[in-house]
Amino acid sequence: MTERDYPEIVVTGIGLLTPAGRGVDASWKGILAGTPAAAPDPMLQEADISVTISCRVPDFDPAEVGPKASRRLDHFVQLAVLASREAVEAADLPLPEDDEEPDEFADRLAVIFGCAVGGMETWEEQHETFLERGRVSPLFIPKMLSNMAAGQVAIELGARGPNMTINTACAASASAIHVARDMLRSGTADAVLAGGVEAGVTPLATAAFARMGALSTRNDETASRPFDTDRDGFVMGEGSGVLVLERAEDARARGATPLAVLAGAGASADAHHQTAPPEEGGGAILAMQRALADAGLEPGDIDHINAHGTSTPLNDVSESRAIRSVFGSAADGVAVSSTKGVTGHTLGAAGGVEAAFSVLALRDGVIPPTANVEKIDDEIQLDVVHGEARGDELGAAMSNSFGFGGQNSALIFRTV
Amino acid sequence: MNQELYDKVKNILVETFQVPEEDISEDATFESLDLDSLDLVELTMAIEEETGITIEDEEAEEINTVGEAVNKLEEKQKVEA
Repeated sequence: MTERDYPEIVVTGIGLLTPAGRGVDASWKGILAGTPAAAPDPMLQEADISVTISCRVPDFDPAEVGPKASRRLDHFVQLAVLASREAVEAADLPLPEDDEEPDEFADRLAVIFGCAVGGMETWEEQHETFLERGRVSPLFIPKMLSNMAAGQVAIELGARGPNMTINTACAASASAIHVARDMLRSGTADAVLAGGVEAGVTPLATAAFARMGALSTRNDETASRPFDTDRDGFVMGEGSGVLVLERAEDARARGATPLAVLAGAGASADAHHQTAPPEEGGGAILAMQRALADAGLEPGDIDHINAHGTSTPLNDVSESRAIRSVFGSAADGVAVSSTKGVTGHTLGAAGGVEAAFSVLALRDGVIPPTANVEKIDDEIQLDVVHGEARGDELGAAMSNSFGFGGQNSALIFRTV
Repeated sequence: MNQELYDKVKNILVETFQVPEEDISEDATFESLDLDSLDLVELTMAIEEETGITIEDEEAEEINTVGEAVNKLEEKQKVEA
């Protein structure tokens, strides 16, 4: 089967809560300005660990989610609920007033999220309570399970279509978008909230990533510096990115305005090592090649890549080699950014957040800068956009996400 | 009914469970205050923290109203004293 046999899938709404800002407009503005979000984190400072900065969603108030939210829902679920609300509103989805009644649209609205860790804050808090008091909250499990973000969004919207949470670590939300796309192709669902969430910035998780040597120890706002010669690791981030996906035909029929076409998706495994990518790119190459083939595009058709670009020494070189391997000389014409320079690494949310940024780049014809880049590493043979955002007529953009476990995802969006 | 214990329970319901104060009365059922079974276990933990009185899970299962909760606390307080 060629891609022409499949129905076209479009993005009709976006919701974002990122360290760059609350909501799509604030997030995108922060990304285009290239203002790093990394800041001293009181929770980490108190914990006496080597890393004391993080990238959090600014000015977050759980009361906005609902009166019981701060007690009943973990922080990651709260973020996902707010991002989903924004996406639903932007797409103007025809949801019924009464979410308890059967409804033709709501019954076929799926929620497919990615999440790597889930309610890490709840884990740590309840474990402490358990050791101190020998008792644990009955809300521990319902708050902590990583599938609860998708579950809570369905509860709030009355969305009774397929509801799943995919875990491919830091590729999770991109994998979720891939699976969601396949559900729309196959007719399993008529509309999908796809993307994901993570809020795992806690002392235990941060200490653990630090022990792996994965985190920057600069402890200043320039710490996340993808592709820079002095990069030394990533910065812990949190956030949620949600896309509304529909078949183009259905979107048109209900009068929705598509923001971009989800043209292709590719997935692969490195089958190599628990955490390290193969030096020459391995599974990342396969994921990008498969996404291109799926989209029916040639490397020369891609104008922009929102790279995984974590700012770790290993990832950025390996990804650069993988891109070179896939794109060959066409790589010279691809403007590469890593928005993690601003947001830090939002782990399981990154795929959704960065898919959203790729769509916004296509919508506005502008490529975001990679923040904090002073001198590009000699080993990075890519046109890394840094300094200022670059205006350009864009046809297609790729978003890469690679997870521990060697699980890789590449998504391709193109203009409508 | 022990007014001091009633006030403590009422205070927990308002502060921790965001129950509107005007909805709380001796006869109000926890169901009518929109507390589910998980909330009730949380409530017994909060009460224990506030009063030092432990309500076992099986005892909690038989409590349906605010007044019943206060009476149970009073009864246990007397036993412990």
